[in-house]
Amino acid sequence: MSDLLLKIRGLKIEGRSDETWLPIINGVDLDLHKGEVLGLIGESGAGKSTIGLAGMGFTRDGVRISDGSVEFDGIDLVNASAETKRKLLGTRIAYVAQSAAASFNPAHKLIDQHTEAPVQHGVMSRSESAADAVELYRRLRLPNPEEIGFRYPHQVSGGQLQRAMTAMAMSCRPDLIIFDEPTTALDVTTQIEVLAAIRDIVEQFDTAAIYITHDLAVVAQMADRIKVLLKGDEVEEAETREMLSHPKEDYTKSLWAVREFKRPQKRVVASGAVPVVSVRKVTAAYGPVKVLRNVSFDIHEGRTVAVVGESGSGKSTAARCITGLLPPLVGSIMVDGVEMPADYRKRSKDQLRQVQMIYQMADTALNPRKTIGEIIGRPVQFYMGLRGRDRRRRVEQLLDEIELPADQYFDRLPSELSGGQKQRIGIARALAAEPRFIICDEVTSALDQLVAEGILKLLARLQDELKLSYMFITHDLATVRSIADEVVVMKEGQVIEQGPKDEMFRPPHHAYTDLLLSSVPEMDPDWLTNLLAERGVDNIGDAAVDKMG
Amino acid sequence: MSSVFRIILQRIALGVLTLFIVSIVIFTAVNMLPGDFAQAILGQAATPEAIAAIRQDLGLDQPPVSRYFTWLAGAVQGDLGSSFAQANFASFVGAESGGTEVTVATQIAPRFANTMFLAGVTACIAVPFSIFLGVLAALYRNSAFDKAANVFTLSSISSPEFFLAYVLILFLAVLNPVLPSLSNIYDGMGFGERLQKTLLPALTLTLVVTAHMMRMTRAAIINLLASPYIEMARLKGISPLRVIVKHALPNALAPIINVVALNLAYLITGVVVVEVVFVYPGIGQLFVDGVKNRDIPLVQACCLIFAAAYILLNLTADIMSLLSNPRLRHPK
Repeated sequence: MSDLLLKIRGLKIEGRSDETWLPIINGVDLDLHKGEVLGLIGESGAGKSTIGLAGMGFTRDGVRISDGSVEFDGIDLVNASAETKRKLLGTRIAYVAQSAAASFNPAHKLIDQHTEAPVQHGVMSRSESAADAVELYRRLRLPNPEEIGFRYPHQVSGGQLQRAMTAMAMSCRPDLIIFDEPTTALDVTTQIEVLAAIRDIVEQFDTAAIYITHDLAVVAQMADRIKVLLKGDEVEEAETREMLSHPKEDYTKSLWAVREFKRPQKRVVASGAVPVVSVRKVTAAYGPVKVLRNVSFDIHEGRTVAVVGESGSGKSTAARCITGLLPPLVGSIMVDGVEMPADYRKRSKDQLRQVQMIYQMADTALNPRKTIGEIIGRPVQFYMGLRGRDRRRRVEQLLDEIELPADQYFDRLPSELSGGQKQRIGIARALAAEPRFIICDEVTSALDQLVAEGILKLLARLQDELKLSYMFITHDLATVRSIADEVVVMKEGQVIEQGPKDEMFRPPHHAYTDLLLSSVPEMDPDWLTNLLAERGVDNIGDAAVDKMG
Repeated sequence: MSSVFRIILQRIALGVLTLFIVSIVIFTAVNMLPGDFAQAILGQAATPEAIAAIRQDLGLDQPPVSRYFTWLAGAVQGDLGSSFAQANFASFVGAESGGTEVTVATQIAPRFANTMFLAGVTACIAVPFSIFLGVLAALYRNSAFDKAANVFTLSSISSPEFFLAYVLILFLAVLNPVLPSLSNIYDGMGFGERLQKTLLPALTLTLVVTAHMMRMTRAAIINLLASPYIEMARLKGISPLRVIVKHALPNALAPIINVVALNLAYLITGVVVVEVVFVYPGIGQLFVDGVKNRDIPLVQACCLIFAAAYILLNLTADIMSLLSNPRLRHPK
């Protein structure tokens, strides 16, 4: 076809590791036509971003294109001079990064960063581009489009920044935009707004796009075609509807199946049973700002309570109150019916042992200089008083529990482990204290779906074996659906609604719970369109179209 | 803005506290210097009575604590005391008293002004030069230019100052007599002439301080080049020079400012060798003479000025680093 915009053939990319070059991409073909949206999907390490950047003729430091061709509108990007490529970037090919908060320069106002490419490339004058920015902000439904550009990035929320970045990518009306996981870091409710805004603007300007994500449901809303990648190889490619209804390859099918893991609902707690952990009318604050208001919920033995809500809703603060890191202003924390000292420094070793925590970022929660044996051995010694051979045996036992062979992992460092393995070490470290109760703070949100599923299954098994109680902090409702027994919905520091999971997922809901639930993307390609129509916001962006032409 | 203001007030209060502690250290250290002023001025043949008389006259017979507070009270009011060495002790050895008292302040003021002039001229050359060089080194990192700049600045910082001074004299005063090798400036000299005479010592000092500032500029910028917002700028097709100057440099300012402040403090307090080589009448030589003569008030005053300069420059650097952070300048 003549309207072929991007043509990639036999692309091979290598990354340097010490002195040798290791393959990252092993020969991938890609075609993208004008105005078309291609979804690139796969787990981390699949090479999605690397291919996306290669489509711009760009490779990160320590990465090189070793073979194959990348042609953008007939221009050979592999052999083009740096100057030729630089003239294309920003003007004809633009990029939207995963973390808008990190990808906007903190030292400059949004509008200055927006107008930079048009002015530097001589496409528009600064004032023209600034006026255009306001128009794009309006189309992307940013609040106060006239004024928002004059803020610094840290003064704008994540979802708004992500839209401002999309506006920036549009500043020179490029033919192609690479979206690199643009909504991964956002809450579900915010994600919807960004997805809708991106989809509209791409349609309005007939821009071609490569949409990179690991979230199938998201890509189903955005892409015309989907290409599935695994470890640098293409698995399969098809039209979106075809791919969703009839995936051919086993790997694709396994990706599709992840969302189906679900624990059976447990029996109702006997009335009068003493909860393992009880949060009683807790109000807490950071300085003068109250972040929790009169929060109460119970967690019973062997059960999982999921605490859901957007970022800033007070989920993690509730956890900090339970662990004693943040003593509440009012209210109390009871464990087995006994009130705990509010400050962790005043708790006995045994009281500390009861409550353990697993963190979102296993990367930063493990000391990079200690071996796995030392990391798990430390709480074994501290809480259980085991030393020498006993300690080693216990650590090996724990490694066995988390399904990592002790002889292979005992002497390794965290940096030698994958994300999922690190998270397992975090679980083993919590188990080492032999607690009754574990707080899991977004433990799967940094992981790929298949890996996350493994962690959830492990946690479920451990719960059955050890009668553990979990408080599961998450913003991912798919996770809630798969493992929670009870659900607590939080918003702005208050509990909006709580109850058994099945009740919570069945209407009628509190309006906010409804908003949260309905915002979780579904695998239906029409889901976003239908949802927006239901909410009556589908044509807000269109009003601006006539003006711009 | 109120939070920034509070932080700045805190820093200033801390600076004053530090200065107070330093004043104790200076006083103790100077008083622990071996030797005695009276003994030094009267020589071996002095009678014990004469020594005692001088000590009493200068207050040296008082206990150290009361001497410290007398000195501190004076210093706070701007009175740094009278120089021992310039006082007239003729009366104690039998002659008529006729001289006037020379205060430390009148002794130090012109010398300090000279030192500030030299430091100022050096800073005007060295700071822009180092940052420019650092930016270029970051832009052409790992190139021949980068390596040459590193070798040049590192070898100049590793050479003794007097050696650099003589090399410059050889090339700029002897072989090509464009600049005077003596920097004997005096009061009432015109600015142009003064500047010309100061240029050689200023160039010498530039060579000494450039390496630190240039390498920190380079390192701070390169440190940021892996940031997502730098990648974003490159993906917007911004030219490499603009990426560094517009996107990296503003975020690298904090460490650069700190190293600049440290080097400026060095220019004020540590340039004795260069002063001696060029016969430049700065405060460094005065200080060394003071130590030689056991002129306690002079030495204490110099130390206090040095300490104040250090603290003031670091305070300025702190405040400027704070202000270079847009999160503090523009709170939510």
